[in-house]
Amino acid sequence: MAKDSKNAKKSPMTIDDYYIKKTNPVIKVIIYIALAFWLLVNLFPLYWMFTFSLKSNEEIYGKNVAGLPHEWHWEFYEAAMNRVDMIKLFANSIIVAVLTIAITIIVSLMATYALTRLKWKGRTLVNSFFMLGLTIPLHAALVPLYKAIKVVGIFDSMWALIIPYSAFSLAMGILISTGFMGEIPMDLDEAARIDGCGVWGTFIRIIVPLMTPALATIGIYTFLQCWNEFLFASTYTSSFKTIPVGIQQFFGQHTTDWGVVGAALCIATFPTLLIYIFLSRRIQESFMAGAIKG
Amino acid sequence: MKGIYRMNKNVKNGINIFLFLLPGLALFIGVLIAPIFMSFRYSLHDMSLLDPLSKENFIGLKNYVKLFTSGSIPFPKALLNSLLLAALSVFIQLPLSLGLALLLGKGMKGERGFLSVFFMPVLISTIIIGQLWLKIYNPDYGLLTRALWALHILPEGKLIQWLGDEKIALASAFVPILWQYVGYHMLLMYAGVKGVSVDLREAAMLDGATDGQINRYIVIPSIKPIIKVSVIFAVTGSLKSYDLIKVLTDGGPFHATEVPTTVMINQLILRNKAGMGSTIAVMLIVLCFFFAMVINRAFRRED
Repeated sequence: MAKDSKNAKKSPMTIDDYYIKKTNPVIKVIIYIALAFWLLVNLFPLYWMFTFSLKSNEEIYGKNVAGLPHEWHWEFYEAAMNRVDMIKLFANSIIVAVLTIAITIIVSLMATYALTRLKWKGRTLVNSFFMLGLTIPLHAALVPLYKAIKVVGIFDSMWALIIPYSAFSLAMGILISTGFMGEIPMDLDEAARIDGCGVWGTFIRIIVPLMTPALATIGIYTFLQCWNEFLFASTYTSSFKTIPVGIQQFFGQHTTDWGVVGAALCIATFPTLLIYIFLSRRIQESFMAGAIKG
Repeated sequence: MKGIYRMNKNVKNGINIFLFLLPGLALFIGVLIAPIFMSFRYSLHDMSLLDPLSKENFIGLKNYVKLFTSGSIPFPKALLNSLLLAALSVFIQLPLSLGLALLLGKGMKGERGFLSVFFMPVLISTIIIGQLWLKIYNPDYGLLTRALWALHILPEGKLIQWLGDEKIALASAFVPILWQYVGYHMLLMYAGVKGVSVDLREAAMLDGATDGQINRYIVIPSIKPIIKVSVIFAVTGSLKSYDLIKVLTDGGPFHATEVPTTVMINQLILRNKAGMGSTIAVMLIVLCFFFAMVINRAFRRED
């Protein structure tokens, strides 16, 4: 408390302080009630999911619909782990995400380097060609890619997802890289050139190390695109399942054991949310950087 | 001598540029651009998923005609449904997002916390959200029915088929979509609201403008480009919607919640009609570009 007031005294009043001071207290209360209501709308379904994952059907069907469980059935989690191979699903989703991110980063950095640091005719044209990718829906490629994947023989392998995901993330990767690369002064390239670096040397030794902030942004954005993807994942694979596909198929078979269903949902959800809790600011910024520039 | 040296350098430069672009172009053309043309070609054929293209199965634009005239393919209904979803998104979801963005963006205690929670549903897999809402909508034991009983809005024991009744299924399916994506648009708009020049706000405030006036005359006009992006995302997203509908109703009951993609997957996977599936895909590409263009135009005219 004391620390807070000290800080407040030290820093000059910001625009936000004006606002908070000026807002009518009644309106302020109404605003907070509205926000708290929306907070509840967001959190309550998740709370409910967590509680019913621990309740027996009698409790769910009976009087205790929304309260905390009377008996905590942690064994449902074990049952869920046994019935859906969660570890396998996570492993599949992680390997797809990691390789997609790696390919997207490498390919878009290379393309962006050619498009922004090297001078040649037609580079703006090629750039706008790539930017078409921002508006093309996945559906456009669904059937031809299905055929191609069958012909090449990668159906039901991780590559059947990684290659399409990378291609569809490329436009955003180039867009984000262009923004970040534009902030690196051209003098650095020229200095490297004078010191005898070729274009490849300049790229690898000068540009790539300076692009680390962009890597996080591209990585998070690409992750958001592919982690929960369902259309391709459910069409191009049959036994190689990612989390959404595995979960969906599991529920096709089991709909009556609410506790086990809930436990499976929680296991699939909470790791992502945990990461989000620690990285929320970073994730939000990446999302905004991608979307605003687009 | 000098000329040759220079030419060599240019050639070398050209090769380097080409090599830098090669992986990107290969991926982009191979996986995005070429398939679009292929989809269009397939749409002119009557074929199954693994047919090779041949002269015999070329049928011209018949698939397109059939899409709208055949009673057995619920595409017109699906298109109408997705446009309804688009309208609901633009007129209910986006105003809600804008409201939240304006409230949080003007700076208040707990701003970051609210923002983080409101954005959270975006990160959860749509499939999981669908499964969760299936449980919420369960006519017997679901949270919604039980809450309505407890509040005496619904007489105890009365069951409502939220997703099974043709009349309300589409509206029921819209609620989880709204729930998941309000935070998405809110964060976009919030970034814009935070980008509004502080000097501008301050000047308006010193002139005695109220919050409402500042929002109306300063903030909203300056985040117009972002609102435009949101509208485009909401409309094209509705046209492309699939995951949640697939989980909640799979197009049923009696095609009441069919959207173009559920029809496409049905034709493709269950009926093995790759030609018809591609026709729907082509329609979707055309519609997405068309609506993006119209929305762009509409916003430009307003300026």
